[in-house]
Amino acid sequence: MSSTFYRSFVALISGGIFAVGLGVSGMLNPANVRGFLDILGEWKPALMFVMVGAIAVYAISNLLAQRMQKPVLEKDWSNLPRPGFDFPNVAKLGAVLFGVGWGMAGFCPGPAIVSLPSLNPSVIIFTIAMLAGFYGFALYERMKHNKAH
Amino acid sequence: MMMALYGGLIIGLAAVLLMIFNGRIMGISGIAGTFVNMLFTPKARTAQSGEFAWRGFFILGMLLGGIGLSQFTNIFTEASMVSSNPVVLIVAGLLVGVGTRMGWGCTSGHGICGIARFSGRSVMATIIFIAAGMGAVAVANALFNATGGN
Repeated sequence: MSSTFYRSFVALISGGIFAVGLGVSGMLNPANVRGFLDILGEWKPALMFVMVGAIAVYAISNLLAQRMQKPVLEKDWSNLPRPGFDFPNVAKLGAVLFGVGWGMAGFCPGPAIVSLPSLNPSVIIFTIAMLAGFYGFALYERMKHNKAH
Repeated sequence: MMMALYGGLIIGLAAVLLMIFNGRIMGISGIAGTFVNMLFTPKARTAQSGEFAWRGFFILGMLLGGIGLSQFTNIFTEASMVSSNPVVLIVAGLLVGVGTRMGWGCTSGHGICGIARFSGRSVMATIIFIAAGMGAVAVANALFNATGGN
């Protein structure tokens, strides 16, 4: 079996566990997300604990991973972005746009995709628009890149 | 509150698997954004079939998880939408799609993995998108009250 097979298998399991985690956490209910963001109204801070739990687990294993020569199924750690402070203004603007969209619909990318099997029309419309946004931005980047060469 | 914490621990576990075994960040906008781009770009897809494959299987895992939740829980039937107005949903979806790619990540990649790796840019990004989200909700509430709830 090739390493692609094993890497894809791990990805499948990870994606499934992620979906269950989102379900347990309450992130699949847009009203909860809205409540978390409604700091000037009836603020529901519970979702903050999703980040607390996930960051705690990930930070501990990140320390362990730093002692590993390489990931189990890869030859090195080169696919991990280097932590750093470089964050240009255009990327900051991107974060603003994302936040506004997140507040408007109560969905970020993970919960939107995991909620697709609910077949809720609102979820389907939002997710298709989001995927179009992904692709539209990729096309724009490619156009910019081609112009530069 | 405890459920949010338990859910977070499970999400953390999923992210750990992807890092320890595959050496990758579990950032959904990056995984799905790259996948969609490769899907419509045959050249990139064949040149990096392994890259295309694991992303596809991660998304398949998310969808299978979603199917499981829809079959064995009432999470989706209990969920209440913030908006069912198609115009709002399309604009919001486009903003999330473009914004997460332009901003190098979303709630999972920046908010969880990046912060846990002490990445300054992820801390900045998370503060910005949470603040922008809070702003958007405050404005939406003000408009809602001004129009008498429409």
